[in-house]
Amino acid sequence: MKPAPFEMHLPTSVSEVVALLDEHGDLAKPIAGGQSLVPMMSLRLASFEHLIDLNGVSELNQVSVSGDSLRIGAMVRQSTAEHDPQIVKSAPLVAKAIPHIGHFQIRNRGTVGGSIAHADPSSELPAVALALDATIEAVGPNGSREIAAKDFFLSTWETSLIDGEILTGVRFPIWSGKCGFVVEEVARRHGDFALVGVAAAVQVDGSKVTKAAIALFGVGGTPVRASEAEQALIAGGISADLDAVGKLAAMNLAPSDDVHASGEYRKSVAATIVARAIAKALKEAQS
Amino acid sequence: MSRNITLNINGAQHTVDVEDRMLLSDAIREKAGLTGTHVACEHGVCGACTILLDGEAVRSCLMFTVQAAGHEITTVEGIAPAPGELSVVQRAMQDNHGLQCGFCTPGIVTSLTAYLRDFPNASDDELKEALSGNLCRCTGYMGIVNAARQAQKEIQGSAK
Repeated sequence: MKPAPFEMHLPTSVSEVVALLDEHGDLAKPIAGGQSLVPMMSLRLASFEHLIDLNGVSELNQVSVSGDSLRIGAMVRQSTAEHDPQIVKSAPLVAKAIPHIGHFQIRNRGTVGGSIAHADPSSELPAVALALDATIEAVGPNGSREIAAKDFFLSTWETSLIDGEILTGVRFPIWSGKCGFVVEEVARRHGDFALVGVAAAVQVDGSKVTKAAIALFGVGGTPVRASEAEQALIAGGISADLDAVGKLAAMNLAPSDDVHASGEYRKSVAATIVARAIAKALKEAQS
Repeated sequence: MSRNITLNINGAQHTVDVEDRMLLSDAIREKAGLTGTHVACEHGVCGACTILLDGEAVRSCLMFTVQAAGHEITTVEGIAPAPGELSVVQRAMQDNHGLQCGFCTPGIVTSLTAYLRDFPNASDDELKEALSGNLCRCTGYMGIVNAARQAQKEIQGSAK
C-alpha cells in the first residue's frame, strides 16, 4: 500500500458530496476517475485525510443537449465522450481530444470533469474548454454557479473552484455550419504527457473564416488562448498565411524548460503545430 | 480506516478486510490470492495490472479496493472459457510467442480481450495503438502484435 492512510467516503448524491466537503474542509479531496490523483497519492506527491468518491453519484453521468450547447456531466467517462454519437456530433473537438489522453484503459476510468478540475497544464480537455468558451458548472455550500472557462484555470492544478465546491458539468457551445476541429500534440511517446499541444476549431463560409478558436496546452501553467492568431486567421480567410498565424500563436508564450524539452523548443513546436492544425481544420471545414 | 467488503472476482465472492487506502491490485493479489494480476510500476503506466471492471479494461493499481465493491471484476484467471482451456486471445499469444518472460502478459490478455470484443474491425494501426498501453520490457512486441492480429481474425471469422 503506497498512499498515505485516509478515510474513503462513498456518497450517492451531489448534496451528500457538498455536505462531506463542508464537514471535512481542506482535509478532503473529491476523487473522480482517479487516473491522475491515485498516481500522485501512490508517489506521495499528495495526501488527504478524506477522499470523497464521486463514482457512485449517478446524477453526474448525464449527457444532454439544450439549445445551442452540449452538457457533459462531470463523471462521464472519457471513453464515453470519445465514442458517444451525440458528443461526436455536437462537440467534435471534445471527442477528438480524447484519444490523446493516456491509453484506452485510462480513458475507461478517467472522466471529462475530473480532467478539467485537475487542471494539469499539459492535458487536452482544459484547452478544449478554453478554446470553445465552455461554461463550467459548480455546486458548493452556497449553491450552484457557472464559471467561464477563461476564468477557470488559474495555474498548474489550480482552478477558481472555491473550498467545498465541485465541478458538476461542462457546457460546450455547439458550432454549426461548415466547421473543422483538430487536436494536435507532440509527446515523447503516444499517451505520454504532451510537450506541446493545440486544440483548434474553424468555421468557414466560402473563402471567409467566420469563427476561429485556438488554445495551446503544455506551454505554461494554464492552457493559453491564441486570440491574436485567431484574429489573423479571420482577417486572412481560408488563404491566410498559416505559418504567420502559427508564429503569432507562439509569440507571447514563455514555456519552461524541463527534462523533456527546452522552452525554446516548445515554442518552436507550438508555432508549427498551430499551423498544421489550422491547415487540417480548414481542409475538414471545406470538405 | 479499514472495512469489511465483498468483492466479486471471476464470479466468486471474496469477503475481505481492507484498509481504505489499499489499491485494488494489492487486494486482488494479497487478499483474494489471485496472483495472475501482476503489479510493476504501480502508477498506471505499465498496464501489467489491467483487469476488467464490469467488462471494461482498467488499471487495478489506479483504483481503491473499496471502490470496487458491487462491481464485477475479471482478472486474467477468469478469461479462459473453462479450466485447462485457452481463450482465443490466450491461444493466439501462445501460438505467436507473445509471452516471452510472461510478466506483462496478464495485462495484455485482459486488455486485448476487451478491446477486440468492442472493436473487432479495428485497423492494424488502431490495434497497435490499443497495445500501446501495455509495456513489455522484453521489448519483443512483434509476437504480441501478431497474436493480436491472429485473435482479431478468429473473432471476425466467428462473427460471420
